Amino acid sequence: MSGDAGNADRTEVLNSVRRSLRRGELDADRRQILEARLAQPPRGPAIARAALAQPGKVDLFCTWAEANNATVARVSAAEVPSELMAYLARNNLPAQAVIAPSPQLAAYDWASQKMLSLRHGRAEASDQVAITGAFAGIAETGTVVTASGPEHPVTLNLLADTHIVVLRESDIVGGYEDVWARLRTNYGKDRMPRTVNTITGPSRTGDIEQTIELGAHGPRRMHILVVRE
Amino acid sequence: MGFAAVKLLENAGCTVEVPPLQVCCGQPAYNSGDRATTRAIARQVLDAFEGYDAVVAPSGSCGGMLSHHYPSLFDDDPVLKARAEALADRSYELTAFLVDVLGVTGVTARYAGTATYHDSCSGLRELGVKKQPRLLLDSVDGLHVREMKTPEVCCGFGGTFCVKYPEISNAMVGEKSADIVATGADTLLAGDLGCLMNMAGKLQREGSTLKVRHVAEVLADMGDRPAIGEPDRGGR
Amino acid sequence: MQSTARHFKDNAGAALVDTNLQDSLSKLKTGFSERRRQAAERLPEFEALRDRARDIKNHALENLDFYLEEFERKVTALGGHVHWAPTAEDARRIIAELCKGVGARTIAKSKSMIAEEIGLNEHLEALGITPIETDLGEYIIQLRHEPPSHIIAPAVHLTKDQVADTFLEHHSKLGFTRRLTERNDLVAEARYVLRQKFLDADVGLTGANFLVAETGSSMLVTNEGNADLSNTLPRMHIVLASIEKVIPTLEDAAVLLRVLARSATGQESSAYTTLNTGPKRPGDLDGPEQYHVVLLDNGRSSVLGTKMQDMLRCIRCGACMNHCPVYGAIGGHAYGWVYPGPIGAVLTPQLIGVEEAGNLPNASTFCGRCESVCPVRIPLPSLMRHWREREFERHLTPRPVRQGLALWGFVVQRPQLYRAVTALANRLLTILGRAEGRLHSLLLAGGWTRFRDFPTPERGGTFHAQWQRRRS
Repeated sequence: MSGDAGNADRTEVLNSVRRSLRRGELDADRRQILEARLAQPPRGPAIARAALAQPGKVDLFCTWAEANNATVARVSAAEVPSELMAYLARNNLPAQAVIAPSPQLAAYDWASQKMLSLRHGRAEASDQVAITGAFAGIAETGTVVTASGPEHPVTLNLLADTHIVVLRESDIVGGYEDVWARLRTNYGKDRMPRTVNTITGPSRTGDIEQTIELGAHGPRRMHILVVRE
Repeated sequence: MGFAAVKLLENAGCTVEVPPLQVCCGQPAYNSGDRATTRAIARQVLDAFEGYDAVVAPSGSCGGMLSHHYPSLFDDDPVLKARAEALADRSYELTAFLVDVLGVTGVTARYAGTATYHDSCSGLRELGVKKQPRLLLDSVDGLHVREMKTPEVCCGFGGTFCVKYPEISNAMVGEKSADIVATGADTLLAGDLGCLMNMAGKLQREGSTLKVRHVAEVLADMGDRPAIGEPDRGGR
Repeated sequence: MQSTARHFKDNAGAALVDTNLQDSLSKLKTGFSERRRQAAERLPEFEALRDRARDIKNHALENLDFYLEEFERKVTALGGHVHWAPTAEDARRIIAELCKGVGARTIAKSKSMIAEEIGLNEHLEALGITPIETDLGEYIIQLRHEPPSHIIAPAVHLTKDQVADTFLEHHSKLGFTRRLTERNDLVAEARYVLRQKFLDADVGLTGANFLVAETGSSMLVTNEGNADLSNTLPRMHIVLASIEKVIPTLEDAAVLLRVLARSATGQESSAYTTLNTGPKRPGDLDGPEQYHVVLLDNGRSSVLGTKMQDMLRCIRCGACMNHCPVYGAIGGHAYGWVYPGPIGAVLTPQLIGVEEAGNLPNASTFCGRCESVCPVRIPLPSLMRHWREREFERHLTPRPVRQGLALWGFVVQRPQLYRAVTALANRLLTILGRAEGRLHSLLLAGGWTRFRDFPTPERGGTFHAQWQRRRS
């Protein structure tokens, strides 16, 4: 598609918008106001239920995650590998998984679990279990947030039947707005990661007779290890 | 129904007049998209009701027309718009006026039976009429109110809708009728005559013996009048 | 998509006697509305969020050109491409060219009402490219060659048995020869069948709930995760969205997300809310190599600055149709085009003309339930009334109705005449109905008496006549 035709289309749409709004391009003053709004985005009404001290946020996160059909285990850092093995055994899953190649996850003592076989990298359709960390957890809704990158391929969130998330208590924040603030700090709003997933419980559908069934296309099961340090 | 409304207002201490030159609030024209006729009717109404402290309608849809829609008819005429806004400010549905403005908390009336109350759409959503009729009905001696499952769902009248789309209207009033009958009540009450006639007509076509009345009649202790769709046997 | 909106009355008539549909609708009527009510009650800030959501959308619309340009700038800076489509045909052409450019044979599609609007699937199929619907509801109706009947639950009109029959018919050639009876088995079978299609697809095409100008991101809300598979596995990700989806910032998105899920399904949050910004970055182990956003106008820009502008606030939650008693009686297909329910009644005449779609804004009692639940407070009954005014002005109202109204209008503006006519009608009806107090049939009132009796007045004359007698 040629640039000229594309440009003509662009002009046509923008002109139509401006014509309907009965003005030309915005003047400098108005632009400045809008740019200021983009630079310092105003927040909407604060959500009281997540305005808690950190321990309260962690509890709230766990409550909502479970309400959305995730399972939660609160563990110490040292217990992460053994809880993982126990979870796999409880659910008759093989002791193997694909795991995100992140230094943060590598710090756990996986080697202590002799039977556990881990592959590092992205997920394939044949993977039954995928293990990832998380960029953040949202207390308000029990939501896990992941940010894509070399250390977190997105397929790990989607392709395996069971998704196990290792989430640090200190990464649990109150609401969406706190996640955006973290993203801007870590990446910059001009350099967002390719994909930010916010995930609340396993995949589901209500498309047949409006009754919820889990495991539509994404994982059927989500297990969250909430790690206190 | 008109006399019931007058009686309720007089019992609450009002002097009531029924302006002879009033005809209609104009809603049929308004909802059919005929703005010109609506404005003409509205001007008449503005004249007919000039000078009263309050305009009270035993109808949520007429009350809503006056208090919600009249001002927007005259956006192009500041004088008429001001008059319309003044009228809007002093227009009310009957039970809302009694309870919210006059502070009436009960009536002296008797009605032996179980009634269910249908919330007419305009009254409910434009004027917030919900608790007021129920508060007053609570005070009626011998009357027990039993709520239907979905009192707030439209009965399917909708003015010209019921004759433009009779099959859809019939489906809606059929569901409403089933809901009403399922309460086991012997009386159906509401605050809008259009809704009442629609529901009465359906119930009676289905062979129901439920009595359908305007809430004002029960509140005004006139519950012995013939119900809607019932033969008028007695004299007056 | 081809419209049958002109045949609304016939469509509605057929819908009313369709027992499978009526079964499905009875579940819809109570399910969605009850869940929404509970979700709203659980959140004290809900009403304040609705006000804020309305204000955000209004602000975005007032400055739409600015935010569109900002969005484009950010997308381009991160290696994505923005394409502008003034018309449906432009959008089809752009998408077809993008697909041909990578030699695409199959496209994994997540649900997109815009794609329905522009008739994308037929266009691609004619060019030998196979679009595969991955949203379960869309997949089911794709197999059945039906259009969606609801904007977020496309197969809501079907019963479980109908789905089972469809799967048996289409999946047996893949080796699934057992007719299933349980919902979770049906879901599992669909998951299995579609999984390979995701893996094989050359292009993933999604819609977008929001386009965030601040970061150049498209935001998509699903429960299934199909959109995420569609935008991660294939080599190219195309986002198809209409221009009014642009919002300023992530904070604005947070407000809208909070009212969207609650209004749509009563959830606090959907399972997947995803922000996509550009193609894969260096070092990423998965993700598309190309990211394209196609911005569709198709008549929306001309709604700006008019009395109808409020309809552009719509965030496609479906609450209006979930609460509409007319939709609840006839379902979505009766509306005859892409968008059903109250929003459909308002948007369809705008997009395909009031001559074709005039029935839609007329088939309403103005009960106002839609407006009372709309998360962005669109005054839907008022907008429908505007359409009726336009029709009236253009003499599109059916002749008998116009004449009836003219006659009534004549009488009503002459109080003495009105009094005389109503007194006469009153007397006539009283006489006719004296036996039972009601009539089973009445001249000129066939629409009423087909289904209902007509209650007749009490003896004594009209209220006004009686009042005058008492006063004197």
